[in-house]
Amino acid sequence: MSEAGFASSAETTVTVDGHGLPLWLLLELTYRCPLKCPWCNNPLDFDVYREELSTAEWIDVLRQGRALGAVQLGFSGGEPMQRRDLEELVGEATRLGYYTNLITSGMGLSQTRLGALRDAGLKQIQLSLQAMDADLNNRLVGAEAHAHKLAAARAIKAYGFPMVLNVPVSRHNIGEASTLLDFAEELGIEYVEFANLQYYNWALVNRSDLLPTREQIAAAERVVAERRARLGRRMTIYFVISDYYDDRPKACMKGWGNIHLTIAPDGAALPCQEARVITGLEFPNVRDHALEWIWRDSPVFRKFRGEDWMQEPCRTCPERGHDYGGCRCQAFLLTGDAAATDPVCGRSPHHHLVGEAVAMAMADRRSNGLIMRQRGFNVA
Amino acid sequence: MSNGAPLQRSDVVELDPRYLFRWEERQQAYVLLYPEGLVKLNATAGAILAEVANTAEIGVLIDNLTEKHEQQDIAGDILEFLEQSHERGWIRIKR
Repeated sequence: MSEAGFASSAETTVTVDGHGLPLWLLLELTYRCPLKCPWCNNPLDFDVYREELSTAEWIDVLRQGRALGAVQLGFSGGEPMQRRDLEELVGEATRLGYYTNLITSGMGLSQTRLGALRDAGLKQIQLSLQAMDADLNNRLVGAEAHAHKLAAARAIKAYGFPMVLNVPVSRHNIGEASTLLDFAEELGIEYVEFANLQYYNWALVNRSDLLPTREQIAAAERVVAERRARLGRRMTIYFVISDYYDDRPKACMKGWGNIHLTIAPDGAALPCQEARVITGLEFPNVRDHALEWIWRDSPVFRKFRGEDWMQEPCRTCPERGHDYGGCRCQAFLLTGDAAATDPVCGRSPHHHLVGEAVAMAMADRRSNGLIMRQRGFNVA
Repeated sequence: MSNGAPLQRSDVVELDPRYLFRWEERQQAYVLLYPEGLVKLNATAGAILAEVANTAEIGVLIDNLTEKHEQQDIAGDILEFLEQSHERGWIRIKR
């Protein structure tokens, strides 16, 4: 016990420092999904990856991950409800001592399966919803999904799960914040996350048709501030700004290979969900290697870990310990060099690229429509 | 929900059910787990919340901790930490 005082301040009680442990394990169980969201963060060639890990292989990943110190576990996709063995995997994760999160569109989340997931020990569910306006919601996801999503939200709360309502925010639905919050309040949803889209994969393809204006973002922030003031601790509202409108980069994944580990449907181990956008990296696969080697020693996970890889201006920047140079994937997508400073940073020599992308999006306001997620998409 | 009144020795508190509190062997620390997040607690914070999980009344909790750690003047520190925990939504007043 400390001599200075028995109970220290809250600041010193909180840390996300994993001390080298992969605290967060995210399993992308499948890339299959009945929706066609034009901001999907799955790879553009998602349909190429057909050999999903088997139930036994996923269970082996779960055991290895827990032994390495993973605590938070996400089941994601694609749509994870597409896997018929989800309940079995959740049950095994519960036995191993994970805190289990299901990240779902609500498609396929029947009452029967909700009950089975609860019995398997699932801790919380994150449900995505785009709008309370059914036509708008269905147009954005490319399917008749709205009624299913609302029913899923009600069922999740009826079964007593804590719930995160996730709203992927583009210029098409940013004006829906108020009605979505009404719905969340009515249901007693504990967390609402307005996640301004991050521009990778499908969202990057559609960037000019998705990026909101500064004015739209400011208006939504006012709505959120008013709700926070009124609802207090009854609801936690996150508002994740689009980093295109920031001049400080996000502390992406709290650093590459620091606390986060994603396993893709085919068993590829990724330092973040988007990492496959960086070409030239050979991602280690859990079918070939032990998870401990992948995490500690594989070249990909070591590549941008720590600070040795940094160039100027990151190398001598006083912020480098806080933002880790921003996002490696974004650096690669916008500059062609994954080791460059994230161009979102005002100190990046490539910062003008972000401003130009915003200007293009504002001027263009394309009328040829959103490109929905689809098979056989020609990347070139 | 708190109306801002300070916690009293007679208050009965409990961990908010949104949080899962437990010992994590690999970290040698107590952690709080919640939807998509985790807080690793330092030794003192962990000891206090462990007591919250066992005991109900703040006065009893303070007496237990004082006895266990043979320290006299920690009541104020404990109350302060409980206030912070309450503010963060980790604990709630049962009655």
